[in-house]
This record gives sequence, structure tokens and C-alpha cells, in this order.
Amino acid sequence: MAENFASVMMVVAIVACCISMLMAIIRAGLGKTAFDRLLAVNAVGTVIIIGIALHGFILGRPEFIDISILYAVINFIGTFAVLKLFSTGTLGDGKGRAKANAGIGGGEKK
Amino acid sequence: MLVLAGARKNNMDSLFFILSGISLAIGVVALLIGSLGLLRLPDVYSRIHAVGMIDTAGAGFIILGMLFYAGFSIASVKLAAIGIFLFFTSPIATDAVALVAHQNGVDPTPGTKLSIKPAKGAQKKSNARAAKAKATKAKATKAKAKAKASAKGKSSS
Repeated sequence: MAENFASVMMVVAIVACCISMLMAIIRAGLGKTAFDRLLAVNAVGTVIIIGIALHGFILGRPEFIDISILYAVINFIGTFAVLKLFSTGTLGDGKGRAKANAGIGGGEKK
Repeated sequence: MLVLAGARKNNMDSLFFILSGISLAIGVVALLIGSLGLLRLPDVYSRIHAVGMIDTAGAGFIILGMLFYAGFSIASVKLAAIGIFLFFTSPIATDAVALVAHQNGVDPTPGTKLSIKPAKGAQKKSNARAAKAKATKAKATKAKAKAKASAKGKSSS
């Protein structure tokens, strides 16, 4: 009985993950500035992490959690990479295209 | 309906299953509220608030629910690792987004109205509304001052 309750709640949670991901994708499409889109993509990543873990539990194969650990790390690093590209115009590889991309995030400030 | 590998059948465990269901429900509510806020709030800085709701409350409670469900196993250790990682890194990421947005000159909208797709004149309208409100306030304060002055004059005369 109690176990059934928890399993049903897991299915409800994965459906909620789908709805939430849909809303975040809509925001990523509508978003006015680049930061809105970045924020929405970050939220999609978080929801996907939860969704993969829930999916593994529902199917009875908790090994899927390894994939969601990887996803968490990649999400974090990716957000910072895109932010660095916006703020400095380069990804930190030295000589770079800093001057060519000066206006990418709405103008550089020194 | 759904059978888990290694699900246990003690009396004590039903308590953990109930706790798991309750925290999953709290997490679902937080997730839906956060994504609705991400869609409906008017501004980068206020949307950051909604994303923080998803990242900490939603993910935290759902992972806590899965932890209760899994019991004490290697899966729960990995889940705890995900939870701790998300709990520490997602506020850092949203803080960096706010910092870079501020550095690039994204201003918070002054008078904001809740709408997914603001109309072209919405901002001007709200600005005008704010100016009107200011003017009426100023009038009111002036009237009060006048009334006070007149009262003073009457009392003195």
C-alpha cells in the first residue's frame, strides 16, 4: 500500500518533470536577452537530471543515476563556459577572437 | 504495478515509503511553481528567483524522496552525491548569471506587469502609470501641507 503510494508519486514526479521542462523550453524560445535563454537551459538541465534518476527508479534500474551525475557536472561547467563567452568574448584560450566577438553579450566593459 | 529491484517488505519500511511519497509531492509542487515562475515573471533577475526554486527546493525534495525509497544502498550514496552537488553548484551558477547580466547592462524593468509576451507599449504605459501615481501622491502631500498650514494659520489667528 505505502509502496504503491511512493511508486505512483514517482510517476507523478516524472510527469511534472516533463511539464516543467516544456515550460522552460518555451522560456528559452521567448526569452528576450541571452541570459534568459541561458537560465532556461540551466533549468532544463536540472530537470533532466531529476528525470533521468526518476526514470531509473521507475524501471527498477538505479544504475541510471551515474548518467545523471555526469549530467550535473556538464550542466554546471557548460553554464559557466557560456557565461564566460558572454562576458569576455573568449573562452580563455589566450589569443582568441576577443576583438571580433566584442559585442556578443551586449558590449564589453573594461 | 511498479516493482523495484531490492524493495523491502518490513513494517518499518512502510513509514519510509510514506515519507518518500510526501517529499516527492513537495518536490513536484516546488518544481511546478518554479517553472511557472520562469515562464511568467517579467525580468531576468526575478526569473533567477524561480530557477532557484527549481534547483534547490524541487531537486532537493525529489532527491530526498528517492533517497527514502532506495533505503541504504549504493544508489542512495550516488543520489546523495547528486543532491549535495546540485545544492552547492546551482546557486553559484545563478549568481554568476546575475553578475554577468548586471555587468552587461541588463536593467530590471521599472514598472512590471505579469504577461508572457509584453505588448509593445506595455512598458511605456506602466511608466506613465507610475508617473501618474507619483503626481497624485505629490498632490495629496501638497494638499495635506496646505491644510496643515491653513489650520495653523486659523489657530494662530
